[in-house]
Amino acid sequence: MATLGFLAAVTVGVAATVLGLLGAVGRAWTLAVPWLVPLGGLELALDPLGGFFLALVGAAVIPASIYAIGYVGGERRGVLAYLGFVVAMCVVPLAANVMTFMIAWELMSLASYFLVLHDRQAGASARAAWVYAVMTHAGLACLLAGMLLLAAWTGSVRFADWSAAGPGLPAGARGLALVLLGLGFASKAGVIPLHVWLPLAHPAAPSHVSALMSGVMIKLGVYGLARASLDWLAPAPAWWGAAVLLAGTVSAVVGILYAVVERDLKRLLAFSSIENVGVILIGLGAGLVFRAVGLAALAVLAIAAALYHVVNHAAFKSLLFLGAGAVVHATGTRNMNGLGGLVKLMPCTAACFVLGAAAISALPPLNGFVSEWLLFQALLQNTRIARLELNLVFTLGLAGLALTSGLTLACFVKAAGITFLAVPRSEAAARAHEAAPSMRVAMILLCVVCALLGLGPTLVLPALAAIAGPLVGSAPLPALGDWLTLRVSREFAALSPLALTTALAAAMLAPMVLLRLAGAARRTRRYETWGCGRILQTARMEYTATAFSNPFKRVFDFFYRPEKRLDIEFHPDSRFFVERIEYGNPTRPIFEDWLYRPVLSALSVVARRARAIQSGSANVYLAYILAALLVLLVLT
Amino acid sequence: MFRQLHVALRTGIVTEPAPRDADVERLGGRLARERRRVFGRSLAIRHVDAGSCNACELEIAALTGPHYDLERFGLHIVASPRHADCLLVTGPVTRNMAEALLRTWEATPHPKLVIAVGDCARDGGIFRGSYAIVGGVGDIVPVDAVVPGCPPSPVAILAGILDVIGRLR
Amino acid sequence: MITDIVLALAQALVGAAGAPLLVGVLRTLKARLMGRRGPSPWQPYADLRKLLRKETVVSTTTSWVFRVTPYVLVATMLVATVVVPVVASRTALPFAGIILLMYLFLLGTFFLALAGLDSGSAFGGMGSSREVAVAALAEPTVILAVFALALRADTTTLGGIVERFAREPLLAANPGHLLAFAAFFIVMLAETGRLPVDNPATHLELTMIHEAMVLEYSGRYLALVEWAAAMKLFVFLTLLANLFFPWGVPDIVEPVPVLLGLLALTGKLAVLTVALAGLETIIAKLRLFRVPELLAGSFALALLSVTAVFLVP
Repeated sequence: MATLGFLAAVTVGVAATVLGLLGAVGRAWTLAVPWLVPLGGLELALDPLGGFFLALVGAAVIPASIYAIGYVGGERRGVLAYLGFVVAMCVVPLAANVMTFMIAWELMSLASYFLVLHDRQAGASARAAWVYAVMTHAGLACLLAGMLLLAAWTGSVRFADWSAAGPGLPAGARGLALVLLGLGFASKAGVIPLHVWLPLAHPAAPSHVSALMSGVMIKLGVYGLARASLDWLAPAPAWWGAAVLLAGTVSAVVGILYAVVERDLKRLLAFSSIENVGVILIGLGAGLVFRAVGLAALAVLAIAAALYHVVNHAAFKSLLFLGAGAVVHATGTRNMNGLGGLVKLMPCTAACFVLGAAAISALPPLNGFVSEWLLFQALLQNTRIARLELNLVFTLGLAGLALTSGLTLACFVKAAGITFLAVPRSEAAARAHEAAPSMRVAMILLCVVCALLGLGPTLVLPALAAIAGPLVGSAPLPALGDWLTLRVSREFAALSPLALTTALAAAMLAPMVLLRLAGAARRTRRYETWGCGRILQTARMEYTATAFSNPFKRVFDFFYRPEKRLDIEFHPDSRFFVERIEYGNPTRPIFEDWLYRPVLSALSVVARRARAIQSGSANVYLAYILAALLVLLVLT
Repeated sequence: MFRQLHVALRTGIVTEPAPRDADVERLGGRLARERRRVFGRSLAIRHVDAGSCNACELEIAALTGPHYDLERFGLHIVASPRHADCLLVTGPVTRNMAEALLRTWEATPHPKLVIAVGDCARDGGIFRGSYAIVGGVGDIVPVDAVVPGCPPSPVAILAGILDVIGRLR
Repeated sequence: MITDIVLALAQALVGAAGAPLLVGVLRTLKARLMGRRGPSPWQPYADLRKLLRKETVVSTTTSWVFRVTPYVLVATMLVATVVVPVVASRTALPFAGIILLMYLFLLGTFFLALAGLDSGSAFGGMGSSREVAVAALAEPTVILAVFALALRADTTTLGGIVERFAREPLLAANPGHLLAFAAFFIVMLAETGRLPVDNPATHLELTMIHEAMVLEYSGRYLALVEWAAAMKLFVFLTLLANLFFPWGVPDIVEPVPVLLGLLALTGKLAVLTVALAGLETIIAKLRLFRVPELLAGSFALALLSVTAVFLVP
C-alpha cells in the first residue's frame, strides 16, 4: 500500500521531469481553469525558468521515492502527505497567478509540516514542527504583502502582466516589493537570519522527506527570488544584487561554521544546506549586479553557475541525506560520537556517502567542483565593473566563497570519516546492517547523476545559459566552448572535465605500473593500529566528532561564544573521589539569543497590551462593531 | 633572528669523522650482504625505551646532534615503528614494557633489525636477576646486534649501527 | 597534439623525478646551517628505494579508503605537475587554471584526512583535524592572491598569466605583486607542512600535522605518500617561481628554449630553496593555535595586494 503510494510519486516525478525539461528547452505551455479557484482562477504556465525548477523537483522526487519504499518498510502513515507535498512542489514553478502560487505554496508548507511531525512521540519533533510552521507563515505573510502590493500597482494578479509592467514601476515601489518578496522567499530558502527552522525541521523529518526539503523545497525559495528579481521586477537595481550577494556570503559562511561543529549528522547536513543556498545566492546576486551595470554576458555566466549549483546541490544533498537516513535506520542514532566502523558493515552506503562528501566539497572531477569553478570565474571578472563599492562586495564574496569551500571540506571529512571509518564507537553502531535494496538503488542512482553532472558540464552549461539568457535580456549567448572544453569569456579561463578525469585516471594507474616495474615488495600483513604499544586499544582511543571540530571552535570562538559547563559529582564520603564528571561546551545560539528572543518578547509585550481590547463584555464588542461601521461609512 | 644565521654560517661544520671500528656483538643469522643491500644507504631507526635509566638515551640523543650526525650515513630517527627498519632498544626489559616491546616489534614491517644498546639491553646489566625485569632484549624479540657499554659512547653506538648495515669501512 | 602529450609527459617526469632531489637539497642545506654535514641530496631516492623493499603492514581497523589514498595523492600531484608551467608556459592540457590546482590539492587533502581517521588512532584523527583546519583557513588567501594576479593578467589560466607577465614585465611592477607573493609564500609553508606551521622532521606526535596522518603507512604506501609530499613541495615552489617571476619560461615548445627554461627554473628553485632553508633554520614552530593568526596575517597581505592592484593602475 505504501509502496503503491511511493510508486505513484515516482510516476509524478518522471512526468514532472519530462514536462520540465520540455519547458526548459523552450516549449511553452499554459493552462487556465478560471472557475477552480477564486480571485483569478487556476492558471499554470510553463516557461524556461519554471521548467528548469519543475524538472529539478521531478528528478529529485524519483530517487527519494524509490528510497522511501525500503525506508518506511510498509508503514502507511505519511504517504498521503508525501504525495501532497510532491504535487504541491510541482505546481509552484508552474503557477502563473497569485492565488495558484499561494495555494500551492501553502499546500507545500502544510504537507511538509505533517511530514516533519512524523515522529509525534519525540518532543523535539513537535517543537521543530512548531518553529517551522511559524517561520513559514511569517514568510508567507511577507510574500502575500509583496504580491498584493504588486497586484495593486500593476492592476493584475497574473505574473505575465507583472513582467510586462515591471520596467515601468517607480524605484521606491520596486525596492519595497523586492524587499518584501525577498524576505518571504529568503525565509523559505533558509537564508541567515531567517534560517532557525531549517536545522530543527530537516533532521526531524524522515530522511526521504529531508532529502526533498533540502534538495528542492528550499530551492523553490531561490526560484521565487530569481523570478522576482529577474522577471517580475526587472531590471533589479544594483543595490539589490549586492544585497543578495552579501546575504549569500553571510549565509554561506555562518551556515558552514555551524555545520563544522555539529555532532548530529542530519543537523550537520541541514546547516550545510543553508551554506549551499548562500553559495547559490552569491551567484544570483553576482548575476543581478552584472545585469544592473550592463555586463550581460557575465550576468548569464553567473546565473547559469547559480542554476548549476542548484542542480548539483539537489543531487549531492539528496544523496547525503539518503545515506544519513540509511545510517540512522541501521543504528538508531544520529549522534556521530556514537557511530563509526560502518564502512565494513554498510559498504555500499559508505561508498555512496564518501562520494557525496567529495562532491559537496567541490572536489574534481565531480559536479560540485564545476559549479564552484564557474562561480569563481564569474566573481573574478568583477573588475569589468568600474564601481569600487561593487568591487569590494565582490571581493568579500570571493573570500567568503573560498572560506566556505575549505570549511565544507573539513565538515565533510568529519561527517564521512567519523561516521563510517575506523571502529564502531557504540553498541548500536556495531550492530548496523546494510541498507535495503531500494535504498541502495536510489543512492547509486544519485551517485551516477553526480558523476555525470561533473563530467558533462559542456552539455549542461549551454542549456542553463539558454535559460538564463532571456532573463537577462542578452540576445546572443556568450560562447562557452565546445564539447570537450568549457571556455569562459574567451581566454579568461578554461576547464575540460573529461580531459581532467582521463588525466587523473592515468595518473592513478601510473604509480601502480611504476611499483610493479620497480619490483616493489607485494607482501601485506594485517596488524593492529599503532597505539604506542598500549595494551588496551579500544574504540575510546578514536577521535570523536567533537574533538575533530575543536580547532574550529577555538579559532572562531568569537563567533560561537561557547559556554563551558562542568558538572562534577563527588563521592558522598570524600571530595577526593569523583563519581561523575559531565563536560559540555555548547555553542551559544546567537541568532536565537540576539534576534529572535528580543523580537518574540517585544511581540508578547505588545500582544499583552493588545489583550486589553478583548474585555469579554458583549456590550463592548457591540460598541466596536458600531464604531467600525461608522468609520467605514465615513470613509466611503 | 638573523643573528642565528650569522652564527651558523660562522661556526661551520663541526661533524667529527666517521668511526673506523666497532665493538659490537653480532647475533642472528641474517646475511650481511642482504642487510647491506636493503639498508646500506638508508636506515630508519625507531628507538624503544624498555625501562632504561635514560643514560643510553642521552648518548643516542647526542647522535642526532652536529658532532656525531647520524644523518650523513642515511640513518634517521622516525616516530612510528611502521616507518622503521631498525629498532634501537635500550634498558632491561621491565615486566611492564615486555608486551609493549613485542607489539612494537610486530608493528615494524619486514625486513627489520633489532639492535640492543647497553649492558642492560644485553642481559639486564646491573639489574640482572631483579624481580621487575624479564631479561635482556633477546628474551622478547630476536636481536641482530648488541652494543655493550654502560652507557656506550655515541661513537660506539654509531659504529655498531654502521657495522650491522655493513657501512663500516 | 603530439607535442602536447610529450610536453605533459616531460613535465610529469621533471616533477616526479626531480621532487625528491628538491627535498634532499633542502634537508642538506638545513643540516649545513645547523653545523652538521647532513645527508646527501640524493638521500630521498635511497629512502624511497628502501621503502619499496619493505613489506606493507596494514591496520585491521582500516578500509579501502586507507589503501586508495596513496594512489590518489600521487595521481593529484602528477596531474598538478602537468598543470603547472614547469618547462613551458603553454601547459599541455586545456584545464590549466589556479582554481583547478587549488582543488586538486584539496582532493589529496580530503583523502589523506580520511585515511588518518581510518586508522582509528588518536594521532590520525588529530592530524586529520588539524590538517583540514589549516587547509580551510589557507583557502581565502589563495583565492585572493589568485584574484590579484588574475586582475593584472586578465586570465586565470596559469599559462596565460605566465605569458602575460613575461611579455609585459611592467605589469608586475606593482606592490600588489610582491604582497601576493608574500601571502602565497605563507600559504606554501602551511600547505606543504614546513616550519613555522609544521615541522617535517619532528618525532613528537602531539605537534604533528601532516606526519600524524601518515603514521600508519609503511612499505610501498609510505613510499608513495612521501613521494607525493615531495611533489607537492616541488609544485608549490615552481608556482612561486614561475608564476610570480615568469621571466625565463619559454612560450614555444622547442628543445632549446625548453632546456633554457629548465635551467632558469633550476636557478629560481635554488634561490627559493636556500631562502626556505634559511627561514626554517631561524624560525621556531608556532603553537598550533597561533597558526590561524599566521594565516589571518597572510589573508590580510592578500587583501592588501588586491587593494593595491585596484588602486595602483
